[in-house]
Amino acid sequence: MGSILEIRDLRVAYRSRNGDLSRALDGVSFFLGPGEVLGVLGESGSGKSTLALSLLGLLPRDSVVASGAVLFQGRDLLKAEPRELQAIRGKNISLIFQEPSVALHPTMRVGRQVRQILDAHGMGDRDELVRRTREVFETLFAGEAERIARSYPHQLSGGQRQRVLIAQAIACRPSVVIADEPTASLDPTTQKEILDVFRGLRKNLGLTMIFITHNPALLSGFADRVLVFYAGRVAELGPAKRVLTSPKHPYTQALFRSIPPLDEPHDAGERSLPTIPPDPNRSFPPRSGCPFEPRCPERMEICKSRDPGFVSLSESHMVSCFRYENQ
Amino acid sequence: MNTAGRDKGMQPLLEVGNLVKTYSRRRLAGSGEGVRALDGVSFSIFRGTTLAIVGESGSGKSTLASCLACLEKPTSGAIRFEDKDIVTLSEEDLRAIRRQMQLIFQDPASSFNPRWGVGEILIEPLALQGNLGRDEMRTRAHALLEQVGLSSSMEAKLASELSGGQRQRLAIARALMLEPKVLILDEALSALDCSVQAQIANLLVDLQSSCGMTYLFITHDLAMAAHLADEIAVMSKGRIVEHGAPNKILNQPQSVITRELLAAVPRLGFAGTRVAES
Amino acid sequence: MPYLLRRFGHAIFLLIGVSVLAFVFTVLAPGNYFDEMRLNPQIAPESIVALKTQYEVDRPLPVRYLHWVGSVLRGDMGFSFAYNSPVAPLLFIRARNTLLLTITAMLLAWGIALPLGIWSAEHQGGVPDRLVSSGTAALMVIPDLALSLGLLVVAVKSGWFPMGGMVSLQFESLSFLGKIRDLFLHMALPIAALVISVLPLLVRHVRAAIAEVLDAPFLLAAQGHGIPRRTLLYGYALPAAANPLISLFGFSVGTLLSGSLLVEVVMSWPGLGPFLLEAILARDLYVVIGGVLLSTLFLVGGNFLADLLLYWADPRIRTEAGT
Repeated sequence: MGSILEIRDLRVAYRSRNGDLSRALDGVSFFLGPGEVLGVLGESGSGKSTLALSLLGLLPRDSVVASGAVLFQGRDLLKAEPRELQAIRGKNISLIFQEPSVALHPTMRVGRQVRQILDAHGMGDRDELVRRTREVFETLFAGEAERIARSYPHQLSGGQRQRVLIAQAIACRPSVVIADEPTASLDPTTQKEILDVFRGLRKNLGLTMIFITHNPALLSGFADRVLVFYAGRVAELGPAKRVLTSPKHPYTQALFRSIPPLDEPHDAGERSLPTIPPDPNRSFPPRSGCPFEPRCPERMEICKSRDPGFVSLSESHMVSCFRYENQ
Repeated sequence: MNTAGRDKGMQPLLEVGNLVKTYSRRRLAGSGEGVRALDGVSFSIFRGTTLAIVGESGSGKSTLASCLACLEKPTSGAIRFEDKDIVTLSEEDLRAIRRQMQLIFQDPASSFNPRWGVGEILIEPLALQGNLGRDEMRTRAHALLEQVGLSSSMEAKLASELSGGQRQRLAIARALMLEPKVLILDEALSALDCSVQAQIANLLVDLQSSCGMTYLFITHDLAMAAHLADEIAVMSKGRIVEHGAPNKILNQPQSVITRELLAAVPRLGFAGTRVAES
Repeated sequence: MPYLLRRFGHAIFLLIGVSVLAFVFTVLAPGNYFDEMRLNPQIAPESIVALKTQYEVDRPLPVRYLHWVGSVLRGDMGFSFAYNSPVAPLLFIRARNTLLLTITAMLLAWGIALPLGIWSAEHQGGVPDRLVSSGTAALMVIPDLALSLGLLVVAVKSGWFPMGGMVSLQFESLSFLGKIRDLFLHMALPIAALVISVLPLLVRHVRAAIAEVLDAPFLLAAQGHGIPRRTLLYGYALPAAANPLISLFGFSVGTLLSGSLLVEVVMSWPGLGPFLLEAILARDLYVVIGGVLLSTLFLVGGNFLADLLLYWADPRIRTEAGT
């Protein structure tokens, strides 16, 4: 099976002001198949945003790519020339940033912000650019396309701004779209609308997506596979249905347990949600061993000293946990 | 409305009657007539209980929060706190009431001066009141830090060094410094990770059972609202369209708005099944 | 639109206020041209009285002011006692000379400051940035007077540039190209002085404004969309950082008439500055007031221009203003 994107043992660290290195991605490997939606589930500090930025070479100056490869169309993007990268960004691989309220230029009309991207990738002469821009806006805004394209970001609602970000990402018909928390600041109805937009785009454009979120419920019925991120490492990776309904990694299980259920009866007595105990060593990640060990309800001696590898539970479901080692 | 207290025959702690808040054209950019952010809202909350206000953005939830926290004056209607009408109070009397109803926002980062230490942030509300000596304030700050699950050794840390969950705990501790009776939580959990939301939710529940804290929990997260609240009120376009116990709202929603809201909530697991353990 | 009208009204109000103040202060200042004339034995006392009546020196202030305003609006700015000719043409010629210098210097300064500041901000903390930083700091330390005098010394020593003035004595006899060359040579040093004195501050402001914007998420997002570097800097960062720079530009325009006084005096450039200085010393009332009014017009106009530009450049101001 050909994969569109392959990440191999990616290790990225940030250098703090006093020279210390803190690991953001600690050996991440996975691949992305054509036409699939990969949900990346991670909480703050898990490294999910670093992952998104590193795929396109957008990491800040104080970051260090220690090792690894990002393979796309036969090239390693980590070793690509700036010119090559610039040609790929927005055209072959697009990134939808978090926080639509700050990801758009404040004094440029949003239509122009999309047209500029088409222009940067040489998508035709002026008339062609205008036509393509209109097309994209009509896909996302139906009847209001004209009015929205002429608006400025501060005149639009959160949901509309999010759609503009999507428009920017799909304008050049990329093969891969990476969406970083695309629904984080939206209310449920708008969230659902945006998810429907993605579903439509997937169907009509055959988009391959990486959908990054901290809310597992969003991936339900949307993602094909789910990758669970913890402390810069892959904790669990498998078909969405499996991971979301019967997760294997203790972190994933604990995470899902901490979400209040909508469908069970609520009585006044049962008010405590199971939580994951805090990590006493938050600033000093352990050198070796499983990063979840200090908080893991099922930890064993071996978890402290050795890095758990990957255990294949089934054809495509794997877990990084010693609990499953001897099956 | 809220039956929990009524059974005991008590007076509601907070009673809102027909609250209306209109914003005139001048205040808003590019809108038409004045907008009725609140269009006749009424409810009551009894001491030690939680009322959740659930609605979409633009339903008027945040306006409600500011009016109740006395940050804005409603256009008309009554707000009764401990059976006193607070809408007509003078600025001085209002200050005393504000102490008792503290507001906690969604974005913990923007409500603190990032250059201040945790200790200073906590002491500020009391220092402004000017009643206690510095040592007393520090003692109280330490006690509250422990109570919200932060350690008192964090006193010197800068607000910018705290995580999102820690900042919300700090916000709650700061609110508690004034010994309020009501906490108005305006999307206070929405920006946090799921596991952190659970921690803060548990903290809120603990505080309620140990201090008899009363909560007005404003959110668009129906699941969390159902988990925390004794009663849920669904808001849309400045009005309460439905209210009742969580079980009733979730399982027998009467209003179209409620049903739409329920349909829009993303659910973990497939076909409504709960996550199965391995 | 109502916003712009308000700003315009504000500007007019300022103009009127300044004109009143200028008029009042000048008239109230001790000493007057006619006292000096009285000292001159060749002028008969009767002529002085006649002149005084002609210039309405004895009428009450408000009346004189209103009469003056009326004539100014008709294009008549009064009469210069010292030059014995109408004020307006005198002022305008001098103002033209000054503007020749200052407009060129302003365009040059901004033309250098923008790319330099942007380049410096782009390489924050790196060698280019530190070079520019220390360079501008060094230039800012030099007092304007020292600068102008220093350049004059250069003129004397090298003999490449004339030592002052605006045109050579034989200007009229030169060919068209010759005239251009002559003017250019005379302008070179004063413009150099003006540009050097103003450039460092401009560069620093541009750098600061751009540096602030470079960290913004929308720039990273644009980069993520494959927008090339040049467009990112000039098409995205610069417009976003424009607000403080536009205000600064308005201020630059505002000081077009007044900022070059020192340079003009040192380099004997026949501009508005030296002219006004003479007029003040000679108590030439209407020249002084006319000059002050003209300068104020530019200042207020510059500010209003900045308001206009801001309104056009920043849509957020437009929506806020529309309420």
